[in-house]
Amino acid sequence: MNPRAESHSHHISQQFNAELEDVKNHMLEMGGAVEKQISDSLIAITSADSGLASVVLENEDNIDTMEIKIDEECHLILARRQPAASDLRLVLAIIKTVRDLERIGDESAKIARMAIKLAEVGDYPEGIIEFRHLGDRVTRMVNMALDAFARYDAKAALEIAKDDLIVDNEYGSAMRSLITYMMEDPRSISRMLNLLWALRALERIGDHAKNITEHVIYLVKAMDVRHAPLEKIADQF
Amino acid sequence: MNETNIEQAQSMKSAQRTVDVSSVLGDKKKAKRQLDPCIDIQNLNLFYAKDTQALIDINLVIPKQRVTAFIGPSGCGKSSLLRCFNRMNDLVDDCIIKGVVSLDGEDIYQKSVDVADLRRRVGMVFQKPNPFPKSIYENVAYGLRIQGINSKRVLDEAVEKSLKAAALWDEVKDRLNDSALGMSGGQQQRLVIARTIAVEPEVLLLDEPASALDPISTLKIEELINVLKTDYTIVIVTHNMQQAARVSDYTAFMYMGNMVEFDATDIIFTNPQEKQTEDYITGRYG
Repeated sequence: MNPRAESHSHHISQQFNAELEDVKNHMLEMGGAVEKQISDSLIAITSADSGLASVVLENEDNIDTMEIKIDEECHLILARRQPAASDLRLVLAIIKTVRDLERIGDESAKIARMAIKLAEVGDYPEGIIEFRHLGDRVTRMVNMALDAFARYDAKAALEIAKDDLIVDNEYGSAMRSLITYMMEDPRSISRMLNLLWALRALERIGDHAKNITEHVIYLVKAMDVRHAPLEKIADQF
Repeated sequence: MNETNIEQAQSMKSAQRTVDVSSVLGDKKKAKRQLDPCIDIQNLNLFYAKDTQALIDINLVIPKQRVTAFIGPSGCGKSSLLRCFNRMNDLVDDCIIKGVVSLDGEDIYQKSVDVADLRRRVGMVFQKPNPFPKSIYENVAYGLRIQGINSKRVLDEAVEKSLKAAALWDEVKDRLNDSALGMSGGQQQRLVIARTIAVEPEVLLLDEPASALDPISTLKIEELINVLKTDYTIVIVTHNMQQAARVSDYTAFMYMGNMVEFDATDIIFTNPQEKQTEDYITGRYG
């Protein structure tokens, strides 16, 4: 049986409804905070704003605290309620999703650190276009993955998961561009290496967003699709 | 219907009557192995009075040497169904049973069936421990004595073996002649299980066997069920869903006399197919 977003508010125990609703909302709030971290770190790099990058680094602790708090809520629900079926899958999906969100937070912090280093060198246009392009795509992926979670939309989740392949391809071509810049002007090597690290962090964010879509499919369809080819998953929907 | 169609229909019917174990074993190679049916229920309808139907068209196969749990709200018919397996419902006035219940392929509602022997083959344990007001030894030996066995050596052996099988021997071996009524509730329940298995049944029916016990005694009973399933087919009725999830291999969810869903316990508790099942096991409004 596939649950719907409102399914978790029909328990006889109102308290249980409230606990599940709260933990889900806290996860989505954390998702919002992480999205802000990504977009801030992207702006920090593209506009060489080391002040904004510092803010991202400061907020990193908040993300970690949120992860611990949500994990604790999930532990309490498991201990007190022994959830089954879709309730169990919701709690497990949340535990896994907050882990991925926290890692996205870490990657955003890496980007912010690179932004500070890049700002020290000054404002150079090379490589920024590639970076912005990939940044926009992974931001959209994270945003839509969280949206699919909130709406329990497994089909949308599967579509977003497919974007990960595009992200990988774009990452490859951006890397080639950056290598070309380095060969053209060896003085840009240290700057391009920093930008490469930031690109790598973006690609990792794409991987975590894909993981979140897999948690959504697990929650809604009770299918573990972690290592399955996407075409095969689509057949089973 | 031509011959081919009849054959197809029959093979489909027999396919439905075996139990698919792929989800339990999780191993594709083993998945092809199918479990032997122990109790086979076909189109079972049970009425307590002319217009009170307690079971509606039940079709179910209870696999041999596995634990099958019946869950469902009070009055859904799970105890009624359990009591069909050793004809306990014969004792209820106005109880009408239609359909077939086979034990190892033999219809147990045939007139030729010896009901006393059937109840030896299909033992039953109830919610409240019901030891006889006799010694521990005599409680276990009782079933054998009514079978006419009086040899002390045979009885001694059977009592020790049954008490060991019921994980009670170490606790009572020095006081076998004490009254069974002086034991704790958990011990009494294990004594009743020892008494049931002393007559070497094939099936054990457990009707809420741990609901009157404390958590530690409950765990001991559950542990016992896990050990006993290597020798016996066990059917357990329980209101404690976590208990069903812990001890059983298969779970049947019943609601208002209907068998709503029957599947491997792992599936019922993680991804049931029917909404009614999901609502029940997760504590939602029906």
